[in-house]
Amino acid sequence: MSTGLGDNEIISRVLKGEQNAYAELVNRYQAYVFTLVLRMIKSREDAEEVAQDVFIKAYRSLADFRGESKFSTWLYTIANTTSITFLRKKKLDVHSLDNEKVFEVADSKDSGLRANMVEQKSRVNMVNEAIAMLSPDDAEIITLFYKAEQNLEEISRILRLETNTVKVRLHRARTRLKDKMEKNFSEEVKNIY
Amino acid sequence: MNQQQNIEQQLWSYIDGLSSNEERSAIQKLIETNLEWKNKYHELNEMHQLLNAAELDHPSMRFTKNVMEEIAKLHIAPATKNYINKKIIWGIAGFFLTLIGAFLIYGFAQVDWNFQDNSKPLIDLSTFDIGKVFNNNFVNGFMMVNVLLGLVLLDRVLANKRKKFQKQV
Repeated sequence: MSTGLGDNEIISRVLKGEQNAYAELVNRYQAYVFTLVLRMIKSREDAEEVAQDVFIKAYRSLADFRGESKFSTWLYTIANTTSITFLRKKKLDVHSLDNEKVFEVADSKDSGLRANMVEQKSRVNMVNEAIAMLSPDDAEIITLFYKAEQNLEEISRILRLETNTVKVRLHRARTRLKDKMEKNFSEEVKNIY
Repeated sequence: MNQQQNIEQQLWSYIDGLSSNEERSAIQKLIETNLEWKNKYHELNEMHQLLNAAELDHPSMRFTKNVMEEIAKLHIAPATKNYINKKIIWGIAGFFLTLIGAFLIYGFAQVDWNFQDNSKPLIDLSTFDIGKVFNNNFVNGFMMVNVLLGLVLLDRVLANKRKKFQKQV
């Protein structure tokens, strides 16, 4: 049940020893964190584990949150680093946008995903499927911008990049998403445009 | 960047609300008058709407319970600023800066500034004896300062531990 309290109020309660108040923050942000992690990691099981880890890490470091940014921005920074660490451990290629290997990996995933595609899909499902085909970097930046309610400055803080770089990366990610949609969902895309 | 990409980039800035007022009015005019811009805008705007409408994924029903069970075993770590003493950081930085400065002064002190022969370097490294440098009083003095700083640091750590112990008792 929502308490209606602001994030900072909940945090100060938790810091004063009211551990149960943290459940409200978990309820509030679990879908955002889970979506972000899932779009990077691409496996529900692993994403659930990593997302839990994100909230546990955030709890342990809560005293370090100084309120200079939104709690969500701070939380997504932890989600970003935890997901990257997980992917590195799994030896999956997470970097970089200019690395052609990423696209080879993403393209090889396409064929597997295509095989499981149901013929008729809702528009929303189609977007989610197309995002799942993107590289972790592209999927992350699109999710942060559209779903996690983060502006370019906040994304630049989360990804530790210049705001202009974020803008260019977002543009490239959307172009690649559009390409994926046109390539894999040509019929549905025709109906949209 | 080709023209198509340029149009797309400008339109994305327009859709995201990131373009300036002048750019906005110029783009608005182009959308109204130019068919290519109009079609592209329609296409990108549709995609923008779709991305906004995309739903969030949800973890399992037990997610919050699992997290709360895990954190019940944990304590919040003290804020980093509470256990990193800035004076110690500045002390270490000061020590290394002094060390570098001292070596530079020592190096320059060895230079014969009146030497006229341009064919040879100011410092003749072939005759440089490293053993001699690490045996003189200058370096011994530095080692002493280093040891003293170490002892002061150790004293402070032990004093802090004693205080904590007394508080617990």
